[in-house]
Amino acid sequence: MKLSMGPVLFFWQREAVYQFYRELAEQPVDVIYLGEAVCSKRRELKTQDWIDLGRELAADGKQVVLSSLALIEAESELKTLRRLCDNGDLWLEANDMGAVQMLSERKLPFVSGSAINVYNARSLQALYRRGMRRWVMPVELSGETLAAILTDAQALGFADQIETEVFSYGHLPLAYSARCFSARARNLPKDNCQFVCLEYPQGMPLASQEDQSVFTINGIQTMSGQVYNLLPEVDEMKRIGVDLVRLSPRPEAMAEVIAQYRARIDGTDDGIAAIPADAVNGYWYKSAGLVNTQR
Amino acid sequence: MMASLHPQLQQGLSMELVCPAGNYPSLKAAVDSGADAVYIGFKDDTNARHFAGLNFNDKKAFKALDYARDRGVKVFVAVNTYPQPQGWERWTKAVDLAADLGVDALIAADMGVLGYAAERHPELGLHLSVQGSATNYESLKFYHSEFGIRRAVLPRVLSMSQVRHVASQSPVELEVFAFGSLCIMAEGRCYLSSYVTDQSPNTCGACSPANAVRWEEQPNGGLETRLNNVLIDRYEPGENAGYPTLCKGRFRVEGNTFHALEEPTSLNTLELLPQLQEVGVSAVKIEGRQRSPAYVEQVVSVWRQAIDAMQANPAEYAAKHEWMAALDAVSEGSQTTLGAYSRPWQ
Repeated sequence: MKLSMGPVLFFWQREAVYQFYRELAEQPVDVIYLGEAVCSKRRELKTQDWIDLGRELAADGKQVVLSSLALIEAESELKTLRRLCDNGDLWLEANDMGAVQMLSERKLPFVSGSAINVYNARSLQALYRRGMRRWVMPVELSGETLAAILTDAQALGFADQIETEVFSYGHLPLAYSARCFSARARNLPKDNCQFVCLEYPQGMPLASQEDQSVFTINGIQTMSGQVYNLLPEVDEMKRIGVDLVRLSPRPEAMAEVIAQYRARIDGTDDGIAAIPADAVNGYWYKSAGLVNTQR
Repeated sequence: MMASLHPQLQQGLSMELVCPAGNYPSLKAAVDSGADAVYIGFKDDTNARHFAGLNFNDKKAFKALDYARDRGVKVFVAVNTYPQPQGWERWTKAVDLAADLGVDALIAADMGVLGYAAERHPELGLHLSVQGSATNYESLKFYHSEFGIRRAVLPRVLSMSQVRHVASQSPVELEVFAFGSLCIMAEGRCYLSSYVTDQSPNTCGACSPANAVRWEEQPNGGLETRLNNVLIDRYEPGENAGYPTLCKGRFRVEGNTFHALEEPTSLNTLELLPQLQEVGVSAVKIEGRQRSPAYVEQVVSVWRQAIDAMQANPAEYAAKHEWMAALDAVSEGSQTTLGAYSRPWQ
């Protein structure tokens, strides 16, 4: 089982991004996803910067995958996607069917991200035929459903040709919109957003009127209010046939989280102290996502 | 004469009015009020309006088909949720039934369902559901080349100029939402509902499901609405309370309490009709299979008049005040918006 680091979903300052990856290069993660997956207006790093950074990390021995945008609406966004597809060596994570189309036209193998709707093995097979070699399960699915999909994929005869990855740690990406909610919260129109999301490296918390944490606003993306954490489920994931466990970057405590997961995967840990303590796991157990099922 | 017209104009001349029918009375209302096509779902979680008391069993579906066909109106069937392995046969049965009915189109989103339909029932016309979340022409190319879809319904996230651009490159006909409840998130890629209630449009065909809703009267005469116990909104005595759809609640962000995602409002594109025709949109869709026959009749009648007026004379077309008033009267929060079609809204 491999440990992966998903793309930074928040908008971080250029220097913070480079600092994060400098440190990550030294950490025991096997696969690194990077790139802008949320909003095309975020350009602290340009497309070429991401490709260059990816190559450096690959030279350091990491397997590197470029993540692409999840909601593609404009020609300029398709143009960026074409540049990523044509980078020459690094794999892409498709987060929109437009990316699946481009990559399969170029006969390139690719990763299908969690924003691609795969709820059954027949869908997975359609992607496999187009060149998908790894997929990330949609975050709202349960462990039980995942096991059933993989059993069906086995029966259809392609399960051994692909890898399965599970989003296991971080704020869950839940929705994408035409509207920028960060700009809206600051009373700004999207076309003049002033990049306010740079001020929220962990997103903007959205709570009920009773102060219950519900969602996290991250530009055009809405994320879970709580952090999702499947650390205790790592053994079960291994049993089902999960090949990669994905962590999603947060500005805090990532080194500890990486260490915990690494130890869990390698079977060398002794006990669990969840970070943060109020993390949730409902989706994995077929419950509402914000539920924390007692382990 | 027709053959010499620009292809987009030819398409525009036949701009299709696609109307919701949650049950047989609504279907009759839609057909009688001027729908060109009606869309229905079956009585289970295979469609994105899986609500108690709604939708059609096979007997009713045959009756509906007869009623519509006798009057020259097309019938589409939505099998547009995402089956998980445990329920796969329900979806294939729904597709088989749609094929038995001989409907004019199957509206589907899931790649597995589309593949099954294309393979087993090649005669069945396929429309990519809005739940398929295709927002660009490359994505449309995928569904067209893989499953042979004839038409796609665009998510309500594109601006008018983006619709124009997609239309100019699209390998398939396009249908857009014209009127009704407004999904603020890209359809098919929103899990807000399952995060709070365990049911989502993708998995169960339900958003903010009724069985998770609680309306609680307060000692001061006000009202609180909850979804699986999470407070969605709080109303003063006398204030008009809306259904607690998650994205339309009032929440706290940075110390302010407001409609952080979206106000309770409806989409109304009546004034964009000539532009939609001009860019080459083939069909406009009215949302609302969960609405009453009276609502369907009201809304469909207005849209029929508007489309007829627009097609008679596009240059002179203007949305009439009485049409707008009639639509506002039945809209959520009695407010309407152009939604994402208009850039400032975004």
